[in-house]
Amino acid sequence: MTDLINNLSLGFGVAFTVQNLIYAFIGCLLGTLIGVLPGIGPVATIAMLLPATYALPPVAALIMLAGIYYGAQYGGSTTAILVNLPGESSSVVTVIDGYQMARKGRAGPALAAAGIGSFFAGCVGTLILAAFAAPLTEVAFKFGPAEYFSLMILGLIGAVVLASGSLLKAVAMIVLGLLMGLVGTDVNSGVARFSFDIPELTDGIGFITIAMGVFGYGEIISNLSVKEEHREVFTGKVSGLMPTKADFKNMIPAILRGTALGSALGILPGGGALLAAFAAYTIEKKTKLKPGEVPFGQGNIRGVAAPESANNAGSQTSFIPLLTLGIPPNAVMALMVGAMTIHNIQPGPQVMTSNPELFWGLIASMWIGNAMLVILNLPLIGIWIKLLTVPYRWLFPAIVLFCAIGVYSTNNNTFDIWMVGGFGVIGYMFIKLGVEPAPLLLGFILGPMMEENLRRALLLSRGDWSVFVTRPLSAGLLAAALLLLVIVLMPAIKNKREEAFVED
Amino acid sequence: MKIKSQKDFFSGLMFSGVGAAFAIGATNYTVGNGARMGPGYFPLLLGVLLSIMGVAIMFKALTVQTPDGDKIGAWAWRPLGYIIAANLLFGVLLGGLPSIKVPAMGMVAGIYGLTIVASLAGDRFNLKEVLVLATILSIGSYLAFIVLLKLQFPVWPTFITG
Repeated sequence: MTDLINNLSLGFGVAFTVQNLIYAFIGCLLGTLIGVLPGIGPVATIAMLLPATYALPPVAALIMLAGIYYGAQYGGSTTAILVNLPGESSSVVTVIDGYQMARKGRAGPALAAAGIGSFFAGCVGTLILAAFAAPLTEVAFKFGPAEYFSLMILGLIGAVVLASGSLLKAVAMIVLGLLMGLVGTDVNSGVARFSFDIPELTDGIGFITIAMGVFGYGEIISNLSVKEEHREVFTGKVSGLMPTKADFKNMIPAILRGTALGSALGILPGGGALLAAFAAYTIEKKTKLKPGEVPFGQGNIRGVAAPESANNAGSQTSFIPLLTLGIPPNAVMALMVGAMTIHNIQPGPQVMTSNPELFWGLIASMWIGNAMLVILNLPLIGIWIKLLTVPYRWLFPAIVLFCAIGVYSTNNNTFDIWMVGGFGVIGYMFIKLGVEPAPLLLGFILGPMMEENLRRALLLSRGDWSVFVTRPLSAGLLAAALLLLVIVLMPAIKNKREEAFVED
Repeated sequence: MKIKSQKDFFSGLMFSGVGAAFAIGATNYTVGNGARMGPGYFPLLLGVLLSIMGVAIMFKALTVQTPDGDKIGAWAWRPLGYIIAANLLFGVLLGGLPSIKVPAMGMVAGIYGLTIVASLAGDRFNLKEVLVLATILSIGSYLAFIVLLKLQFPVWPTFITG
């Protein structure tokens, strides 16, 4: 306990400098600004804004990125509530009741519920993260290459279990991502693999070019293929920001339940936040309605507060596997790994010991970011709504421009611009073929790590594959992965899962 | 034999094709064995795995009935073409193409080119409006990227700045 307080005070000491507070503020502001634009999820937002942090010192850059992340997520829920357009998969359930509230002129309370719920969940999540990070890091040092390899398998399986649509296609996307991650110079032999003698490719494919091409351009092209009349935009007035007393009474237990669920599920490798949002909504739906309460699906405030808190608590605790084990549990965290590598930080258990200011500073700044979001967003909701009325025909050329400038600025090389164009075509193809691109990005980040750990594990066991099942920790992780697969493939759950993605 | 899910069939085809290509490519490098993995070992393994999965997806697409045949639907060639073209034009204007002696025109020219071409992808095109947008974006980008973030970009054409 004293350790926890000492660590946190170290962190707050780092984060509470004027300079870092300003970066956290700018990050939140930019993240919300971009994240609120319809059709741009947190992944695309972070990818787009990442180059803006290159020039900063590592701690400041990570603090700003964390701000961007929270801002983008909050901006995403704003769009979900006001425009009926979920910017990311985890706000899919927020849309149901949130948009109905907005249509009834209660957008203000809906946005406030999302904001307050997220803030509370964020505070709890940060505390859990701080408390669990140290003991989990101890465990991480016991991990050998075999355990890491099995953990990555578990993480990847966990990530696809929650992907919508075909499980097999999602796994295939992961493998495709792993293969793409192998392009470039092999660290052990120095052989340039699959580079076709193009010098730029010997460094590997930049993950920003993939993220922006597939998520940015692919989305724009598919948005534009829908005729303008079919894009519904909310133009009604937002009056009365504060929730009523009755709203608070309904909201508070929902926030508490959502936070508890989100914190627990977020630690699991693989899309914890998404699962948490779905589970929280289901639980609220199962509880009995009080007399006079609006039914679910018609604008119940609990249907906004619970999934939003669960989502935020989950996204907070999903930093745990990243910071302690160096394994990104979802596509957003995969981007964070990329960002850390650019700043010469190798995420993993050693960060906490070798770079405690950075580690605890980051955790403290998460809380600051959350607080800033509430301060920033509640008074500024009016401005975000104005932004939503900007016509898409002005918006998308700007997005294309930011993507192009963003990729160019990573290496100051036009080759990256050709690459992002290519990935744009590929991204649109993915949408047409109904395959989800998020697992691809996760596989892409993990590809080299998996190869390295497999190589080391097999080297130590002299080529004996049974090492993965004879070491107890590794066997346990693989068994958990298998169990997840079996559970999802069980007919009863399989139908439920498909239902959840289609119906809601 | 009828394709019962078009989307699945063609994604399966893509996966198996790409997987096979990676696997064949991997045989050009030293494969080695488990205890001493060469650079070709892991890609070969994954490539074979991916092509098997692709075949399985195709097989499923041919056997499992879907209600509407999961049609891929029409390709939005217009947005696709214009967005990608706008991106490529920006690259050419920004950095030039030394191999065919196209000079670098700089960021501002690139922004105007990109905005005009990208706007053609939309439903409506109004040149005056687009030029206003391009001007706003140019000023904004100049302030944000050059003044504030100090990124090293060629802003003006090289024949002017020298």
